[in-house]
Amino acid sequence: MNKILITIILVLLPAVSFAAEKSCGLIECDNVNIDLHDQASLQRGARLFVNYCLSCHSASYMRYNRMGKDLGISDNLIKKYMGFIPNKLGKFNAGQLMKSNMTPDVAKAAFNTVPPDLSDVARSRGADWIYTYMRSFYRDNTPSGWNNVVFPHVAMPDVLYAMQGTQSATFKTAPDGAKEFDHFEMIKPGTMTPKEYNSNIRDLTNFLVYMGEPAKLVRYRLGIYVMLFLAVLLLFSWLLKKDYWKDIH
Amino acid sequence: MQKLISWIDQRFPLIETWEYHMSKYYAPKNFNFWYYFGSLAIVVLVIQIVTGIFLTMHYKPDTHLAFASVEFIMRDVNFGWLIRYMHSVGASFFFITVYLHMFRGLMYGSYRGPRELLWIIGVVIFIALMAEAFMGYLLPWGDMSYWGAQVIISLFDAIPYIGHGLSTWIRGDFVVSDATLNRFFAFHVIAVPLVLVVLVFVHLVALHAVGSNNPDGIEIKKNKGPDGIPLDGVPFHPYYTIGKDLFGVVVFLMVYSAVVFWGPSLHGVFLEKDNFIPANILQTPPDIKPLWYFTPFYSILRATTSDLKPILGAFFGVVGAFSVFYSRGNVKRIVSVCVIVAVLILGLYGLPAKVWGVILMAAALLVLFFLPWLDKSPVKSIRYRGWIYKLALALFVISFVIMGYLGMKKPNATDLFWFQNKPWAQFFTLIYFSFFFFMPFYTRWDKTKPVPERVTK
Repeated sequence: MNKILITIILVLLPAVSFAAEKSCGLIECDNVNIDLHDQASLQRGARLFVNYCLSCHSASYMRYNRMGKDLGISDNLIKKYMGFIPNKLGKFNAGQLMKSNMTPDVAKAAFNTVPPDLSDVARSRGADWIYTYMRSFYRDNTPSGWNNVVFPHVAMPDVLYAMQGTQSATFKTAPDGAKEFDHFEMIKPGTMTPKEYNSNIRDLTNFLVYMGEPAKLVRYRLGIYVMLFLAVLLLFSWLLKKDYWKDIH
Repeated sequence: MQKLISWIDQRFPLIETWEYHMSKYYAPKNFNFWYYFGSLAIVVLVIQIVTGIFLTMHYKPDTHLAFASVEFIMRDVNFGWLIRYMHSVGASFFFITVYLHMFRGLMYGSYRGPRELLWIIGVVIFIALMAEAFMGYLLPWGDMSYWGAQVIISLFDAIPYIGHGLSTWIRGDFVVSDATLNRFFAFHVIAVPLVLVVLVFVHLVALHAVGSNNPDGIEIKKNKGPDGIPLDGVPFHPYYTIGKDLFGVVVFLMVYSAVVFWGPSLHGVFLEKDNFIPANILQTPPDIKPLWYFTPFYSILRATTSDLKPILGAFFGVVGAFSVFYSRGNVKRIVSVCVIVAVLILGLYGLPAKVWGVILMAAALLVLFFLPWLDKSPVKSIRYRGWIYKLALALFVISFVIMGYLGMKKPNATDLFWFQNKPWAQFFTLIYFSFFFFMPFYTRWDKTKPVPERVTK
């Protein structure tokens, strides 16, 4: 137990100290322009999320069919294409929570830590951070073989390297003697061009932002109706005020 | 209907109460913009109680379930997100209205006689509201909830001898834990709201006994017509209820709804990013900071380090010297001032800076109680005061706002100019206290203008 605690602290410490310097670990965050109204993008993001992320991470506050309802994916399609992870009864139910297949014990054995729940990750990290992080993995000689300039020494390997390709990172020495990230070099190209891969990660980020707050899809619009209602009330309350106070000087 | 009312009236003072508090309560006719915030604070109180009741139906005060139950409200409860945002945004708006309401009191001298007790009840409400907000913030059991509570409760550790036992007693454990969450839940949903509602009622009773102040600081009861009605008064109902306050409430609801629907976390100011991570005893957020409404006081706490001690000593000395100078040879007063200053300066060297931070933070609140007696000006309203009070109030507001800003930032970063945040916070801490401690002197020096007999427009 203690060993795990120490490992977690050691894994997290550099992230904490670096977070103070730049907005995305060793580098500045790239700007991602997401669009929650782009349902096709959200659907592609959901596909990527369920096929890859959900193998290790959970989104345990989110239900499959809530996502389906919001993104226009029917229960049947969910069962057919997304129902990989059975519930406790050994079946898949579209109303179940998006829990990972990996138990905490297995996760600890594999990564020395339990991968964090991703339901709210877009709210705690922000969209730009996720977008930058998912594109900043590189090969190095750490035990897992992977590292990330946004989250140095993160336990997570590059799950999408087959798409992105394998990169290496080049560092330079800053004037004050500190090691500073310079640029990435592609060692082995993946199945996607950089442009395709960026668009792919944008879809995923879009989906994670949606998942952080499903109400976001309705609250802007609902706000307009509430404001219109209040505007009518404003007019009448103003007329009342004028009428009552017309004789008071 | 008439029969029913008379039936009730024989058994309960219905008409009498209505007339005393509403239709025959005469409020000055010259209320301006700043007089909306009292009624708005009541509106927010109602919003908080109603949304709070609905949140309680789904929330679970258990360290294993609390975070998930809030997420359940946000995702699976019908309009749960709306109720939760109304409550979380409502908390911030409560402080906005209360701060503006208090500022109104400072501007127009509403704390002055005969309204001293009204002001004191108000300050108690403010402190109860702070307790309510602090305990409510633990309930979502996010990482900032946890560490915020941990840091603030550990402040009690600074009290010599009893501190450690006291903080353990407050938490019900040696760290913030399930016991803490449960008792904070009890306080947040039952104990403190009851106290708040009773205090607000008492605040209104006191207000209606002495009558409202106004932007001119004139007692309208001094000018009554032959019918015994103040010449400058209008019946509270309907002139202020549906005549003015309804309009104010609608404008307020528009601003409030804009935040609820279009920016409920207000870029991390109303809902902090780190609170979307479940409480983790092993993972301290990079910067622990309270929500914006506490940050002015948090700044005072953090600004009090050992390098502030000599300056504080000098500050006490100067305030003491002024008091001696103005005691007009009253020996008793001179001796007591000297003893108090000596004890304070001894305390500066006897007690660690952390303890002084807690003392100053508490003093920043408690000094409000003494305000009615610190102000020696012959006039109440800022309209008839001279430039010194206007300058003092402006500096006070600036120090409060800037300390609020600095309290959200790291002490050793430079977010203003020239200096790091800590020296700025120390500077503004002194300005904050100067407003109060030098008030008996500068309000005497200030040249005032003659106050008219009747209220002006």
